[in-house]
Amino acid sequence: MNGVLISAGVLGTLALLFGLLLTWVNKVFEVPVDPKRDEIRNALPGANCGGCGYPGCDALADAIFNGSAPIDACPVGGAALAQRLAEIMGVEAKPTQERKIATVVCQGTVDRCKTKFQYHGISDCVAATLVNNGNRACRYACLGLGTCVKACKFDAIHIDEHSKIATVDPNKCQSCGACVAVCPKHVLSLQPETLPVRLLCRAFEMGYLVSDNCKIGCVGCEICKDNCQFDAIVMENHLPKFDMEKCTSCMICAEVCPTGAIWGDFDNRRIAAIDRKECIGCGICKKVCKFEAISGEMKKVHQIHEACTGCGECVSKCPKKCISLRVRDHVRDANAKVGTTQVEAAIPKGAELQA
Amino acid sequence: MNSLMMIVIGSVLVNNFVMSQFLGICPFLGVSKRTDTALGMGMAVTFVMGTASLLTYLVETFLLIPLNLEYMQTIAFILVIAVLVQIVEMVLKKISRSLYMALGVYLPLITTNCAVLGVAVLNSREGYNLIESVVNGVSAALGFTLAIVIFAGIRERLASSNMPKWMDGFPGALITAGLMSIAFQGFAGLVH
Repeated sequence: MNGVLISAGVLGTLALLFGLLLTWVNKVFEVPVDPKRDEIRNALPGANCGGCGYPGCDALADAIFNGSAPIDACPVGGAALAQRLAEIMGVEAKPTQERKIATVVCQGTVDRCKTKFQYHGISDCVAATLVNNGNRACRYACLGLGTCVKACKFDAIHIDEHSKIATVDPNKCQSCGACVAVCPKHVLSLQPETLPVRLLCRAFEMGYLVSDNCKIGCVGCEICKDNCQFDAIVMENHLPKFDMEKCTSCMICAEVCPTGAIWGDFDNRRIAAIDRKECIGCGICKKVCKFEAISGEMKKVHQIHEACTGCGECVSKCPKKCISLRVRDHVRDANAKVGTTQVEAAIPKGAELQA
Repeated sequence: MNSLMMIVIGSVLVNNFVMSQFLGICPFLGVSKRTDTALGMGMAVTFVMGTASLLTYLVETFLLIPLNLEYMQTIAFILVIAVLVQIVEMVLKKISRSLYMALGVYLPLITTNCAVLGVAVLNSREGYNLIESVVNGVSAALGFTLAIVIFAGIRERLASSNMPKWMDGFPGALITAGLMSIAFQGFAGLVH
């Protein structure tokens, strides 16, 4: 009995002394931490996904606190978090970057892209890539074995049961980039959420090689480039490259693409409308329209027809500022061109001067 | 004096904790990517091991042996070591936040670093007196520092060299550690 008491007593005293010592050391070596910094850390999601480019939420909290990172640096939290952090930091929340979502840059579903052989190995894209570059005929195609699904902490990527390629749920995607990093085929990329057109193909090959393998791959025919009225498309490695500075969201490239490799956001396609009361019939809009979608006689109210792509060229040129853009409620009819040349021929040059 | 020299040479080179006794492998592999953090780790371990040798000797001689509590050696030693590590952590956080961040989880892991408990237990088993214990503790830690800094230097060079893909990273590090151990076996002839 005595032994138990002695040993417990000795250890207890020792622990007590050490505890006191630690308390004292803690007081002497206390590091003052601004409560703001902890508040920021608590507001962050805490997934430590690294999507912001910092090693974890703690590091980002430090960076935001020091002012070296913007308050909307966390791609996961989005606008709501930026708002919250703005309150903590006492600054105004204004977006410095657009929300991005992971995009699957491949439409090579099993019915479109051929299969080279039956793969029975480890169900993982990295492992499958080691076997003759994967079993898809196109070596740039999504293998659909779900390495990205495992990498996603937010349950935003799934392998479609029928098409066997990855699909991203844009609402769940937090743009952390974990999937982009693991994909051995580099099929995933982070793209701005609101892009009007996207090239959904990565086949950097000559057209005939692509079309042998895949029905929907980009064959590099340059039809999109030829149809783009704004020189926003340049060809690079047999694939079109969009210059988003020049792009006017007319989506004509997606419309003319013969294979369907270019995806267009047709749900948000726009159409121009003229305010009939304001229009003075100057005809400038008709002249600048690159899609032959505007008709009307001089000094009479002009009309916008179904061929309008919503590029907005006329909007900026109208001297009365009476043209506006709105989202289309039905599909554009490419055949409904007005044929500006004939209408122009009907009015002799200089007619407005004589009148 | 002569016996102290023998202890120093023996612990630093001949019976190097990492290279010939398998002790302290965890931070040796974990914090050896860069020489400066490796040196920081070595210094932290040196402080903990030196102070732990002193305190455990005092606890052993003046508490455990007089009260016949030798069977509580392990728990008493771990208590001492845990407190020391906690102090090192607090001090480092104040003095050098960057080193504190670089050491990361390996700093609290010194608590369960077998090199620290190992040196305390070996001291009592070898029957060293107070000065010998402290000298042994510090020199064993310096041996650890020597090994980890050399290893970190090699790993820095390896990181920028063209390693075969299958050897890149951890496999290469372990093979390097093995080769270093072979080199350290050469010191075996120094002390008889």
